[in-house]
Amino acid sequence: MLTIKILGSGCENCKRLAYLAERAVTHLAVEAKIIKVTEYADMMAYNIMSTPGLVVNEKLVSSGRIPSEAEITTFLTSALETA
Amino acid sequence: MIIQKLHVRDQNVLAWLVVIAAVMAWIGFYNLIEPFANWLVYRLLSLAENSHLGESLAFFFYDVPKILLLLGGMIFLITTLRSFFSPEQTRAWLGGKREGIGNLLAALLGVVTPFCSCSAVPLFIGFVESGIPLGVTFSFLIAAPMINEVALVMLLGLFGWRIAGLYLISGVSIAILAGIIIGRLKLEGQVEDFVWQVTANNTQNASYTPNWAERFKAAWQSTKDIVGKVWPYVLIGIAVGAGIHGYVPESALAEIMGKKAWWSVLAAVALGVPLYSNAAGFLPIASALIEKGASLGTVLAFMMSVVGLSLPEMIILRRVLKPKLIAVFIATLTVGIIITGYLFNIIL
Repeated sequence: MLTIKILGSGCENCKRLAYLAERAVTHLAVEAKIIKVTEYADMMAYNIMSTPGLVVNEKLVSSGRIPSEAEITTFLTSALETA
Repeated sequence: MIIQKLHVRDQNVLAWLVVIAAVMAWIGFYNLIEPFANWLVYRLLSLAENSHLGESLAFFFYDVPKILLLLGGMIFLITTLRSFFSPEQTRAWLGGKREGIGNLLAALLGVVTPFCSCSAVPLFIGFVESGIPLGVTFSFLIAAPMINEVALVMLLGLFGWRIAGLYLISGVSIAILAGIIIGRLKLEGQVEDFVWQVTANNTQNASYTPNWAERFKAAWQSTKDIVGKVWPYVLIGIAVGAGIHGYVPESALAEIMGKKAWWSVLAAVALGVPLYSNAAGFLPIASALIEKGASLGTVLAFMMSVVGLSLPEMIILRRVLKPKLIAVFIATLTVGIIITGYLFNIIL
């Protein structure tokens, strides 16, 4: 199962990223858990410098921008391959 | 969309062609604004050249398209330029630089690195954890929100490039000096403890290098977002400015907001610090006020205190900075802005 974390303190961008991630998961029809990380102390573990951030199976795949749903799908599929 | 089916190189070429065509259209429209505004007000509506209403409406119909075009064009340009910078890259460049050079570089990078106030904390933690001195980090944190593209564009459009340039230079100077002062005060103990606990896994690196098509697409998205948010304020601001321009007599404001009123800078900053609205609505009003005798230094000081110090940002920073450091931050910045306001009133 994929563990997806959205790093961000709740601004518009983070919500949008979460929304797109949910769509990607639905369209791929995979099992995934989406967690919103809003505490800075917890975000630090991923060495992130600008929010929103996307973490898939403990790997930071995007930061400071909102990737397209297609890109997110690519991140998810490559995470599934290496899992 | 068909663009995805093309090879990346062709995507880039197509993107460039679209942008070049858009630039040419932009230039065309820009040059048509003044003739259009004059035609609309003095021919179509047949208003007299020196009437209050005529002057106000001409101001309005000239400034609205001009500011919106400038805003759109400059945001697109600046976002494209910023796509070449990232906080990660900036952190690498600032590593190992000491006071002075570090502050200068941090302030300059603060202007060009993409920055959103919601990212202020991760960025602060990222800088500080990698060994960048506190003072240098603050130079960045001061320059980034103050010298924002909307403020610069509005100043450019309403007052010309000299004033916009002055704003840039003084903003950077304040950022450097305030950063040096904060660094000297040795307030590292005033940073929340958890920041110093290095838990960051430094192998994490979501590096992303966009191609031209992606850069332009992101720039266009940014332009749509910002102009979409800001245009009502521009309209209102210009409407108020137009009213002042057409109806308030010359020099009416010289008494209370002009150079002779020594307390005007203090009052402006006192008013500006708690406010955190955007530059877009305020500046057109400012330009009309200046025309009627308010001094530029007072207006610029107000501008800087509105955009440079925002309550939401302070609240966010409270998560990593203890109250004493936040107080020092606000105080240093406020004093710097006041001094700049007076300086401008003297030299301009």
